[in-house]
Amino acid sequence: MTQTVYSKVNAVKQSGSEVEQLEIDGLVIDFALDNALFNRQYMRAVNGVSFSIKAGEALAIVGESGSGKSTCARALTRLYEPAAGTLRLNGKDINNTAEPISQSELAKRVQMIFQDPFGSLNPVHTIRHHLYRPIKIHMPHLKGDEVEQYMFKTLENVGLTPAAQIADKYPHELSGGQRQRVAIARAVATGARFILADEPISMLDVSIRLGILNLMTDMKERGIGFLYITHDIATARYFAERTAVMYVGHMVEWGASDSVTQTPRHPYTQLLLSAVPEVGRKRDAKRADSKTKNEIPLWRPDSVGCPFVSRCTLAEKRCSREMPVAKQVASDHFVRCFAVE
Amino acid sequence: MHINQYFKFLRRFYRGNLAASIGSIIVATMILLSVFAGSIAENDPNKRVARGHQPPSAELLLGSTRSGKDVLSQVLHGGKISLLVAFSAAMITTVIAVAVGISAGYFGGRVDEILMSFTNIVLVFPQLPLLIIIAAFVGQVGPIVIALIIGLSSWAWGARVIRSQTMAIRNKEFIIAAEVMGESKLRIMFMEILPNLISIVVGGAIGTCIYALMAEAGLEFLGLGDPTIITWGTMLFWAQSNSAFIVGAWWDMVVPGTAIAIFGGGLALLNMSIDQLSNPKLKTGGYIKTWRRMKSDIEARRTEA
Amino acid sequence: MNSPLLKIRNLCVDYVTDWGNARAVNNVDLEIYPGETVGLAGESGCGKSTLAFAIANLHCAPALITGGEILFEGMDVLKMSDDELRSFRWAKASMVFQSAMNALNPVITIGEQMIDVVLAHEDVTRAEAKARAIKSLELVDIHASRMESYPHQLSGGMRQRVVIAIALILRPKLIIMDEPTTALDVVVEREIMNQLYDLKKEFGFAILFISHDLALMGEITDRIGVMYGGKMIELGASTDLITSPKHPYTRGLLKSFPTIFGPKTRLEGIPGNPLNLLEVPNGCYFQSRCTECVDQCISQIPALKRLSGDAPRMVACHLID
Repeated sequence: MTQTVYSKVNAVKQSGSEVEQLEIDGLVIDFALDNALFNRQYMRAVNGVSFSIKAGEALAIVGESGSGKSTCARALTRLYEPAAGTLRLNGKDINNTAEPISQSELAKRVQMIFQDPFGSLNPVHTIRHHLYRPIKIHMPHLKGDEVEQYMFKTLENVGLTPAAQIADKYPHELSGGQRQRVAIARAVATGARFILADEPISMLDVSIRLGILNLMTDMKERGIGFLYITHDIATARYFAERTAVMYVGHMVEWGASDSVTQTPRHPYTQLLLSAVPEVGRKRDAKRADSKTKNEIPLWRPDSVGCPFVSRCTLAEKRCSREMPVAKQVASDHFVRCFAVE
Repeated sequence: MHINQYFKFLRRFYRGNLAASIGSIIVATMILLSVFAGSIAENDPNKRVARGHQPPSAELLLGSTRSGKDVLSQVLHGGKISLLVAFSAAMITTVIAVAVGISAGYFGGRVDEILMSFTNIVLVFPQLPLLIIIAAFVGQVGPIVIALIIGLSSWAWGARVIRSQTMAIRNKEFIIAAEVMGESKLRIMFMEILPNLISIVVGGAIGTCIYALMAEAGLEFLGLGDPTIITWGTMLFWAQSNSAFIVGAWWDMVVPGTAIAIFGGGLALLNMSIDQLSNPKLKTGGYIKTWRRMKSDIEARRTEA
Repeated sequence: MNSPLLKIRNLCVDYVTDWGNARAVNNVDLEIYPGETVGLAGESGCGKSTLAFAIANLHCAPALITGGEILFEGMDVLKMSDDELRSFRWAKASMVFQSAMNALNPVITIGEQMIDVVLAHEDVTRAEAKARAIKSLELVDIHASRMESYPHQLSGGMRQRVVIAIALILRPKLIIMDEPTTALDVVVEREIMNQLYDLKKEFGFAILFISHDLALMGEITDRIGVMYGGKMIELGASTDLITSPKHPYTRGLLKSFPTIFGPKTRLEGIPGNPLNLLEVPNGCYFQSRCTECVDQCISQIPALKRLSGDAPRMVACHLID
C-alpha cells in the first residue's frame, strides 16, 4: 500500500516547458544479511518511501544513521535495485523492463555528491581529469578548446578561481571545502538537473559549511533540484523548502520545512528537535525518558507496525500491529502517527 | 605540467633514500651492460679464444671456461637473455595478476568467487616441481618457454594482493561517483582503480622479476634449460658439469653467480625503496632524521633546566 | 582561590615534515581548575587535538613538543620519567577519543579491557577488578551482562559510553574528551551529554572538552577557549563568550550555525580557506579571512590580552583593546 506523499504536481509552465521532476513511489529496498542459499535473511532498509523533487526546489531528508536516507538516494542512481516501487524521471519509469533509461541517459539528468570530500576525488588524478570525464561523456558535441572553456566556466560557477590554476592541482592540494566544490562542479558538468547530496557538509569545517550551502542555494535558484540528505535538522530548514523525516526506513513526517521543524507532530521528530544543541536556547533540566534509550530495531521484510514503538512514550497496542496512515495536519504537513489527530 | 610532476616525484623518491639510489644504479648499469654487450665484449662468447680454465688475466678479465671461451663475454651476453627472461616473466605475471585481481575485487559476487577459486588452485600448486616436470616433459626448453612457464604459474599471490587492495578502494566515493557518472566498467577498473595500485603492482613486478631470475637460473642449473644458449644459468650448469670448483677454476662459477646476486640485490633494494614511498607510516623519510635531532636537543635542554 | 589542577604555559608543538616545521600549537597558555569544565573550540588544524595529546605526552614522530611546560598539580608532565608517566596517565588524567571503535580493541571483550586497565594500575585481585569494572559500567547505564560483549556487538552510543566508563574507572581528576560525540547521532549525543552532567556532579572531575560544536560546549562548559592556527585567540566564560563574542573569528564561527528556531536569514560563515600551517603570514593568522582587517593586523601578531571589565575575557585582536 503506497502512500503518495508529494503534493499534487501542478505542471508549471516555465518558458514553455514543464518543470522537471524526479519521483520515488513506494520504494522498498532489502539487503541480504548473509550468504545462505536457503532461507536467506534480509533486512529492510527502506519500506514504502515516496517523495518527489522538482527542478529548482530542494527536499531535505532528515534522519539518523540507519534510517535509510542514503539508501533512497543511491536507489535513484540505480546503485541499488529496489525490491518494490517505481522511480520516475519526468514521469517515465527509469527501471521499466520494456524500455529502461540507459545509465548514460540517467547520468545526464541525475548526479550525486557525497559526504567525504577526501574520498570523492581520485587522489591520482588532477582536477582537470575529474571534470574532463563527465564533459567528454555527456557533452560530446564540445570539441577541443570548447571543452577547456566549459570546464573553466564550471569551476568559476562553483567559486573555484582562478580556474586555470585549480584545474592542474591534485586533490590533496585543495582544502575540504574546495574539494566539495569540485565534486559539485563535476556533478553539474554533465548538465544534470537533479543533484542528490548525501550529507555534503557534515565532514567540512563549520565555517566552510555555509559557503557550500549558499552555493547550493544559488544553484537551486538557477533551476537545479536537490535532494538534501542530512542528520542536521537546522541546515535542512535553512536550505530546503520541504523536509521529510525518516526513521528505520519509514517516512514518519514530511511537509514544508518551517512547518515540520517549528511544529513537529511526530514523537520522533520531537525527540530529534529536543536533542539538538542550540546556541542560546535554554536547556531544561528534564531528562529524556529512559525508554528512548532502547535500541533501534532491525527491520525485516515481515516486520509489522510502527518502527518507533520501542522508544515511543505514546505507544499504544495498535502501534505494534499496524503502520499508521498519513494524516494531513496543516496545509503542507503530513504525519504518520496514531497519536496525532 | 605532467613532466614537472614526474620530476617532482623522482626527487621525492630519491631524496634521502639510499636504497633507491644504489638499487637504481645497479639495475641500470647491468641493463646497459647487457644491451651493449656486443660493443663491450671483445670476444665472441661462443668462440674458443684461449686454453681451458685460464684464470683472470689482463687479456681475459674474468678468465676462460673449460672450453676456453671468454667468461666476461659470456656473462655480458648471457645477461641479455637472463634479464629478458626475468622481465618477460614479470610482465606476464603482472598482466595476469592485475587482470584477475582487479576484476575479482571490482565485480565481487559470482565473478569474484570463480576467479578466486581458480587463483587459489594456481596458488596452491607447487611451482618449482611443476616447472621441473613441464621442462622435463617438453625436453630441453629454451629461455622463451621458461619465461612462459614462470609467468603463467607465479601470478596467483599478486592477484590476491591486488584483489584485496581493489576491494578497499572499490566502495570509495570517487569510484561510485564514476559509476554514477556513466563511466564504463573497464575504464573505471583501469583508469580509476589501477593508478591507485601502482606501487603494489610495481612492487609485485619487481618481486616476480627476482623470483624469475632465480627460477630460470635454477632450472638451467639443473640441466633442464637449453645448454647451447648462453645465459647465467647455463654458465652455472656448465661450470658444475665441468667441476669448476673442484679443479680450482672458481671464476667459472663465481662470475655468473655473482651477476645473479648483484642484479637480484639491486632489484630488492628498489623494491624496498618503493615500499617506503607507498607507505609513509614506515617513517624512514628525511624528516625523521630532523625529528630525532630536534628531539634530543629538546630533551637535553629540558633535563638541564 | 585554589591552585589550578592543570597549568599549561607557552606550549609549542611542531610537526616535522619534509617541507618544514608546522607549528600546530603556538605558545598556548591554559589553566584548568579542579572540578572545572573547560572547552576548547576550533576547526580542523587549529591545534586543539594536538594540545590534548600533548597533555598526556602521547605524541610520537613526526610531532614534537618543542617548548613550554605542562604542570599537573605542580609536576611537569614533559619531565616525567616513564614510571611517573604511567601512574599519571589514567589514574590522574584520562582521555576519551572521538571514535570508540578506534579506542577499543576489537578482538577483546569490553569486560576484559576494563579489567586490564584496573590491573595495570592497581594491585588488586582479578575479582576485585571485575567488580570495579561492573560498577563503572553501571555508572554509564550499561548492564553487567555486557561485560562479555565485543565492541562490534554494541551500538555506537553504547561503545562511547563504555569508553567513558573506562576513562572513569580509576577516578581521575581530569578527563580530556576529544570530540567525544561528533561521530554519534544527535539523540545518542544528548543521552551521553546528560550522562556526563550526572557523572560530573557525582564525581567532581575536571573536563577538557574539545569540539567544534560551540552550541554543545555552551551547555556543559564553564569556560571556553577558541583556537585558530595553533593560537588561543579568545578565552572566557562560556555563556558570556557565546552571547557576546569579541574576536572576529569567534563571531564568524557563531554565525555559521543556522538556527532551528528564530528567523531564517542568509548566513555567510567565514570566507576563505583554513590556514596552511607551513605558510603562515607575518601578522595575525586570521588576516586573510577577516572582514575587519587593518594595517596593523598584517604586520603585527596580536597578543592574548585580558579585557578590562569584570568578566574575565582574553582576546588576541588588535581591534579590541
